[in-house]
Amino acid sequence: MLDDFFIRAMLAGIGVALIAGPFGCFIVWRRLSYFGDTLSHGALLGVAFAFFFSFNIVLSVFIVSALIAMSLLWLQKQSNLSADALLGLLSHSSLALGLVVLALMGSRLDLQGLLFGDILAVSKIDILIIYSGAFFGLFILYYIWHALFAATVSHDLAEAEGLRPEFHQIIFTFLLAGLIAVAMKIVGILLITALLIIPAASARNLAQSPEKMAILAALLGGLSVIGGLFSSLNWDTPSGPSIVVVALIVFILSLLPFSYFRGKR
Amino acid sequence: MDALITMRQAGFYRDNRWLVQDIDLDLREGEVVTLIGPNGSGKSTTAKLALGILKPDAGKIVRRHDLKVGYVPQKLSIDWTMPLTVARFLDLTGKVNQTDKISAIHETDISQLLKKNVQSLSGGEFQRVLLARSIARKPNLLVLDEPVQGVDFKGEVELYELISSIRDILSCGILMISHDLHVVMAKTDRVLCLNNHICCSGTPKSVIETKQYRDLFGDRANNILAVYEHNHDHQHLPDGRVLHEDGTITKTCHHNNKNRRKVMKDAR
Repeated sequence: MLDDFFIRAMLAGIGVALIAGPFGCFIVWRRLSYFGDTLSHGALLGVAFAFFFSFNIVLSVFIVSALIAMSLLWLQKQSNLSADALLGLLSHSSLALGLVVLALMGSRLDLQGLLFGDILAVSKIDILIIYSGAFFGLFILYYIWHALFAATVSHDLAEAEGLRPEFHQIIFTFLLAGLIAVAMKIVGILLITALLIIPAASARNLAQSPEKMAILAALLGGLSVIGGLFSSLNWDTPSGPSIVVVALIVFILSLLPFSYFRGKR
Repeated sequence: MDALITMRQAGFYRDNRWLVQDIDLDLREGEVVTLIGPNGSGKSTTAKLALGILKPDAGKIVRRHDLKVGYVPQKLSIDWTMPLTVARFLDLTGKVNQTDKISAIHETDISQLLKKNVQSLSGGEFQRVLLARSIARKPNLLVLDEPVQGVDFKGEVELYELISSIRDILSCGILMISHDLHVVMAKTDRVLCLNNHICCSGTPKSVIETKQYRDLFGDRANNILAVYEHNHDHQHLPDGRVLHEDGTITKTCHHNNKNRRKVMKDAR
């Protein structure tokens, strides 16, 4: 059954969505959506390096994303520019650099696939990578969840009461870089942030606790993948964007009936 | 027992100036120390240095190894993107013991707020929740940065009363910050008057006896509210400059305050 490309795509997409949900919650809470964008743009540079050194793509993307994240943390301490401007600088220059390097190598790479994902070409090995990565990432996140959430509410409070917010933030950043390396193949560079943020935003409209929001984001992400792939099959639309469109529809639905009953301000 | 926190000539330097300088502070269990001073005098900075949130650029700060902190920060705005009820907020920096949690809820009278979102609370309610969270941890050091902000006068009295009872219940050390020169807890053991350095420090003196105060706060409040009376040889103007006894105005007060040296000697 795993030979069927559609089933493989489904499994891979759900795997990525399950881990993207909880991580997406932190991206929403910490206002990191542009940061996620920057890391995913940097992924293209990672792909370029992978071709240049004939190196594993996932590993190369992870390394480049992690390096970009670390240089951002470093630049924030050194420079007078705002985090926002630094992100723009890193984001677009790494994207441009990646494109230039790829062109110089004369690579006739499927750019469309990189940008929008190629979920229908997922192999069994990819699924193995995704699920072991997701298991590892969720395990670590579960372990640091409480401390990371406390640090998200208040860095000072966490630090004062004996947690290590900086340390947990670095771990989170590395895991995010890893997630992007894995997810790139599924929804593509341009749509990773969407898969991170939209299910989390939908979950925010329905959940009453941070933990429930994380679980709900994972489930809604999985739902979006299933819906997106089926509609892609039905109407012959590109799979990555279809997933995001379904996620958007889920978000709009989450706005409509439920907020009416909850009496939220 | 060693002091919970020992600060010696601690200073913090940012943007070409010393935000605080030469801070000496000892805080022991069961002791309440209050920091007072005008805006921008470095009260919060001093508290953050004591807590280790900021690292000192001068001097030495020693925290006891078994320090367990409960912290009520001055500013805490929680984003609406986070679904966070009061009940969940109480466990923020670590799961607390259920009985401790229940008694903290009881003492701060927040049981009717537990299911509410923290973002929807009023200023006074939020301060009580912050206090509940910090005492449910059973800390041996409680740091309260302007714990009565956003609270009306009556609520302020109740909160100060609550804080002074917490010290007895937990027998913890309390470091409290107030920008209010007139309203300092009667049970404060020592008051440090800050203006980028310790201008003076000592025990707060007698409750105010005037009729107006008794009318305002009632008899019980008289036991709580006190005025810290002491002799400055200079006073701090609202703009941060210093008016000396002889009428001169300077940028900083110089360390020629006899009061301060005497009190420091007493403290040791």
